[in-house]
Amino acid sequence: MIGHLTRTLLSGITLAAMLGIATVSTQAATLHMAWSQDATGLDPHKQTAFSSLRLLELIYEPLVRVDASLQIIPAIATSWEFSKDGKALTFKLDPKAKFQDGTAVTSADVKASFERILDEKTGAAARANFLSIAGIDTPDAATVVFHLSQPDAPILTAMSDVNAAIVPASEIKAGSIGTKAVGSGPFKLDKWDPNAKEVLSANKDWAGGATGVDGIEISVLPDEAAILAAMRTKQIDFALLNDPLVATLVPKEASLQLNRVPVLSYHVLQLNPSRKPMTELKVRQAISCAIDRQEVLDTASLGEGKVTGPLTIPALATEPSQLFCYKRDVDKAKKLMAEAGYADGFSATVIGATGEPPTAAAEAQVIQSQLAEIGVKLDIKMMELNVYVDAWLKGDFDMAIALNGGRADPYTMYNRYWTKAGNLQKVANYIDDTLDSQMQQGRAETDPAKRKVIFAEFEKHLAEMSPWIWLYTSYSYTAQQKNIAGFVPTPTGTLFSLSKVTIQQ
Amino acid sequence: MNYLMRRLATFPLVLLGVSILVFVAIRMVPGDSITAMLGTEAGLLTPAQRDSLAAYFGIDQPWFIQYWRWIGGILHGNLGISVTYGRPVLDVIIERFPLTLELAVLSMIIALAVGMPAGIFAATHNEKLSDLGVRIVAMIGQSTPSFVLGLLIIYTLSAGFGVLPAMGEFAPLWQDPLRNLSQMILPAITLGFAFAASVTRISRSSMLDVLSDDYVRTARSKGASARSVIWRHALPNALIPVVTLSGIEFGYLLGGAVIVEQIYALPGLGRMVLDAIQQRDYALVQGSVLFIAFNFMIVNLLVDLAYVALDPRIRLGES
Repeated sequence: MIGHLTRTLLSGITLAAMLGIATVSTQAATLHMAWSQDATGLDPHKQTAFSSLRLLELIYEPLVRVDASLQIIPAIATSWEFSKDGKALTFKLDPKAKFQDGTAVTSADVKASFERILDEKTGAAARANFLSIAGIDTPDAATVVFHLSQPDAPILTAMSDVNAAIVPASEIKAGSIGTKAVGSGPFKLDKWDPNAKEVLSANKDWAGGATGVDGIEISVLPDEAAILAAMRTKQIDFALLNDPLVATLVPKEASLQLNRVPVLSYHVLQLNPSRKPMTELKVRQAISCAIDRQEVLDTASLGEGKVTGPLTIPALATEPSQLFCYKRDVDKAKKLMAEAGYADGFSATVIGATGEPPTAAAEAQVIQSQLAEIGVKLDIKMMELNVYVDAWLKGDFDMAIALNGGRADPYTMYNRYWTKAGNLQKVANYIDDTLDSQMQQGRAETDPAKRKVIFAEFEKHLAEMSPWIWLYTSYSYTAQQKNIAGFVPTPTGTLFSLSKVTIQQ
Repeated sequence: MNYLMRRLATFPLVLLGVSILVFVAIRMVPGDSITAMLGTEAGLLTPAQRDSLAAYFGIDQPWFIQYWRWIGGILHGNLGISVTYGRPVLDVIIERFPLTLELAVLSMIIALAVGMPAGIFAATHNEKLSDLGVRIVAMIGQSTPSFVLGLLIIYTLSAGFGVLPAMGEFAPLWQDPLRNLSQMILPAITLGFAFAASVTRISRSSMLDVLSDDYVRTARSKGASARSVIWRHALPNALIPVVTLSGIEFGYLLGGAVIVEQIYALPGLGRMVLDAIQQRDYALVQGSVLFIAFNFMIVNLLVDLAYVALDPRIRLGES
């Protein structure tokens, strides 16, 4: 036994010597991080990819943030207040807030940033969330007043997004947003080699105080199994993981810790109610009744997640068992199909994006077998992500497996789909007066208790109309060495708390 | 010399064909730079926002104008600007190419150093147990996908021995040769394994063919030693198929070994092209495919020239 151990040890050392490395020791001051998908750009107003947002929120700051319980907390603004009629929103800025070039963050920068977002020439997707802004006043350098064309409670949550980051007015004028990253956040971007590496250093002037590490080096390791391997050998301190199959292996390593938290994004089977026979309410309801959401979750995602209704925000979500047909009922499904005139079933195609999410193909297969029981023959068509997005945006599908992003406010999350003026109505292809009016009420209401009632009704109605079949929310995964302290995972998936993370010796 | 000039003269024509193909092919794929950047959020854009982004990405003009501009740029030595990197395409390619070239050379060295002796050994021990052993290993090598072998190596090293070459921080050869080799050796073995298997099989079969030729029998009957028969008489002729195979394989490798580069996180040409396709970085895709095609043509030409060196009876360009 001892001989065997010695041999193993010796061969390990020999191998290490051959490879020119010993096990790499963690440097005290720099956090070595890895992810499989890199940021796609540096313009905080234009980038919407998950990795881009995670990088940019370490460099830029919005007026406010949301914490782990999705409550609004200060960022550049120290306080805020809606006027009594809900048509003016006033922010007081932190006098200590400074951009990384040393200049103070003033109300003029806030005004210039929002004007840039609202300018159609910028091409900011987040503009859709700020259309109620009728004017911006800057009575002094530390005060900003947003005048709104109508009461708009969710606008505050929309302002917590890094897509509403405050950038220097001087950089906007110079046209350098996107090529040069000058924010007021905890870290400065020293180097970005796309799809390979980012080097961040601590911003000593950050108004939020000292950061826990001197810098962060992010490596792009496209294969998540390789990320796990690099963590085993202590090359990487902290990593973002997407694939539940890899994430579930992390706890098996003694030196590693897996952080997981339910997220706001949701896995969904989108039906296209503009195409026959999904035009029929009873057919859509039959599909909803025929699907065992827990089985989809268990099979496709190893049970890593939670069955959900349309609302994924914990404070507002209804217990799924109270929603329409959340307990599988094949008999009821068959009856509904017969009543709709489709007793013999029908054929349809379901589209999905390869690897996005990693569980897409497995979800489609489970749903295919479940729907076969009520005579629905599904043809699965997996596509490259961009090809899928193109078809999705055109509404060119019978059904689509999707992982759609969530927001901390249900109006911001769903107005694009479930209002008459929603930008993505052509994707959702379903709207009724009830949904539209519930969304408008929820938008104008500022009392949290009343909003909860409005959105509970909205959720119940949406599940019953079944334009989509909401399946489950999964977890966001980060893996870390056990000597890393202070990371707080949140439902938005933000990595902002890396600003206070420390490396224990 | 005439032959060489004639071959070189065809290069521009082939490259023109490749340029049209790649330009049309990447645009025929649904989705564009805007959907690549924004994903489904692109649906929130107003028509004016979309027009503005299209102008930013240079996809607002009709395709023939885009093509004309691109070709015009190439004639002035400008392959365009990559929207992902914000830098000239040629600069990005030149930065990534040395790694790809090094990986190709290393894996070829491994393949030839292992494959040729193994093939010759198997041929000279035809139908014996050792021949069977070599053939079985070669078959396994050819049928093992590189991602399986790569992941297996990474897993075994990290889980079994707790070691792994530094990943994600690549050291170029001229900056730190030792560290560079420590990072390149495993990918080169991963790639070289399958390549070596092909070389083994082709050297074996070609050696067997040559060994049954009349001139080899004559050499033997004239009393030449077994060693001399193999190395002096048979090998040069048996090498021709090996050169062909290696040339084609090397040409492919110069286009980047996508899977191996992905697994070992090497910033090579293959990964760059894959990312560029996914991000619909048109200028980068077009520029790199043209560059890869050019390399392939050069390697092909060198292979043809190598034939002449190996067999003086071959006269290139004569009917």
